[in-house]
Amino acid sequence: MTTPRQLMKGNEAICRAAIDAGCACFFGYPITPQNQIPEYLSSLMPQHGRVFVQAESELAAINMVYGAAATGVRAMTSSSSPGISLKQEGMCYLCASELPMVIVNVQRAGPGLGNIAPAQSDYFQSTRGGGHGDYRTLVLAPATVQELYDLTRDAFDLAEKYRNPVLILADAVLGQMMEPVSLTREPLPMPAPLPWGARGTRKGSRTVINSLYIIPEDLEAVNLRLAEKYAQMAREDVRYTEEIPDNAEAVFVAYGSAARVCMTAMEQLEARGISTGLARPITLFPYPYEQISALANRAQHLLVVEMSLGQMVEDVRLAVEGRVPVHFYGRTGGVVPTPDEVANAMEKVIRG
Amino acid sequence: MVATTDTPNKTFARTAGLCETPMHYCAGCSHGIAHRLVAEVLEEMAVLDRAVGICPVGCAVFAYDYFNVDMLEAAHGRAPAVATGVKRACPDAVVFTYQGDGDLASIGIAEVIHAAARGERITVIFINNAVYGMTGGQMAPTTLEGMKTSTSPLGREPGLAGYPIRVSEMLATLDGATYIARQSLHSPKAIMAAKKAITKAFQVQLDGRGFSLVELLCTCPTWWGKSPKEAMDWVDEGMSPTFPVGVVLDRTL
Ligand SMILES: Cc1ncc(C[n+]2csc(CCOP(=O)(O)OP(=O)(O)O)c2C)c(N)n1
Ligand code: SF4
Repeated sequence: MTTPRQLMKGNEAICRAAIDAGCACFFGYPITPQNQIPEYLSSLMPQHGRVFVQAESELAAINMVYGAAATGVRAMTSSSSPGISLKQEGMCYLCASELPMVIVNVQRAGPGLGNIAPAQSDYFQSTRGGGHGDYRTLVLAPATVQELYDLTRDAFDLAEKYRNPVLILADAVLGQMMEPVSLTREPLPMPAPLPWGARGTRKGSRTVINSLYIIPEDLEAVNLRLAEKYAQMAREDVRYTEEIPDNAEAVFVAYGSAARVCMTAMEQLEARGISTGLARPITLFPYPYEQISALANRAQHLLVVEMSLGQMVEDVRLAVEGRVPVHFYGRTGGVVPTPDEVANAMEKVIRG
Repeated sequence: MVATTDTPNKTFARTAGLCETPMHYCAGCSHGIAHRLVAEVLEEMAVLDRAVGICPVGCAVFAYDYFNVDMLEAAHGRAPAVATGVKRACPDAVVFTYQGDGDLASIGIAEVIHAAARGERITVIFINNAVYGMTGGQMAPTTLEGMKTSTSPLGREPGLAGYPIRVSEMLATLDGATYIARQSLHSPKAIMAAKKAITKAFQVQLDGRGFSLVELLCTCPTWWGKSPKEAMDWVDEGMSPTFPVGVVLDRTL
């Protein structure tokens, strides 16, 4: 059915992964730079006997996901930054009601309407809850089209493992980029709905999906139980990768597209006779605090590179607790830093 | 509640569509009657075990404790979008939303319009009591001209606060809507007519014929500052001139 290796766009890889993961329902609303996702899925989903609905807004789309997820099927939505802001209400209810689902943010630049160029300025919103109340979303940050495919597939499993939404935090570069993807993982048929799904009491019990707890002690108990899930995520599902030569003088810390820029910058620095490494978080929540903390003993300097004014840098500082200088280089407003300027920033850090 | 008897000639009993949980509604409030009608209809149509209800944010927020079927709590106004997700994922479920006028006609007006426009095979029970009950009797999109509420203390002044929305007539302009009726719950006769409309609305869904909605003119004695009896009378005298009762749209004919 599928050739093992195929050239595809990032946005297309997300769609392929959703189909292959057995996603039953997709609800979306147009916004650049993720339009290809609802466009592809508007034909792919019906071809596979699945549901596609173009909603009237992001508010509606996320609430349709809430309804579909409540019946126990795999459901998904996608958007880009301004649309993700609107989806926060639904995300918050999904987390509170413990419904599994997958949401993709192909980030563009903000604040406000911003522009459609790539950015990483939704890190705070993604990793700190985003809506009201004490809750977290599991956040995966792919850096290649292959990872867009793999992490989207994994996202559905993680969402069900924790009965919690999982956010794929991509950006306009990744969404539009074309790369070969190896499709060796077996596509899954649509799984049977989860047993607790609200499909009527004919299943043998009555399901109530709710996030209202009038008595503060009751809500506190629920929130503590949710917190235990977040702690379990930190114990079992942190993902991180690094490429740090023994003689590295300093280490870049970056995720997603910014990590790709750092990799090219590392080659340029190598040519200038400077050895550097890259630490790349793949889960942004749970954050790889331990792995980043360990860098304090392995590097003289850390340089965090982001397509923002500096958001993840706060987690890096939290992780290393002042044991190593943490520097920051970022571009904002949709400007992608060039490998050149990143290499120069690193050289300046090292040379002082 | 009316007393039940266990004699062989039992003429009245609690519907299996409602849980035993005592309802929290104020004396003279129509929410309890509306719940009972919906539950009875689902029971009589023998679909309780495949019904999925979506509660609003409003006084009926605890409806998940009252309807003895699978229930979802939606964010304020989003029930028709949630119902769309349920119905599309599980087409053989009988899906209804139960929403107040603040929930449906204000914050959630987009969701209900588009659910109707798409012809979603869901049934909306729309409780029009002309105020926001839960938050303290503020002005709703359905508040009548000149009507005093906690945010229109001198009476709703159309020049400042606009006019009441006739949701049923507005939705009836959409091709995706199949059956829309407005009924009132102020008298036994009106209640029987309301039950007929609710039955018809669910039948439309069971027949796969598209979107159905029943608007129910209801009391809020607490925030209207009226006794239960006065409030029932005012539904008929005060509300029905602005919100005429009857079948607004029936495309099954
Ligand atoms: C997003 C959001 N905004 C506002 C509220 C506060 N709120 C709770 S109920 C309600 C109005 C309910 O009125 P209505 O829908 O008319 O139902 P009733 O209480 O009269 O039955 C409001 C505004 C909320 N819970 N969520
Ligand atoms: S406040 Fe009004 S709508 Fe709410 S329960 Fe009381 S009477 Fe009913």
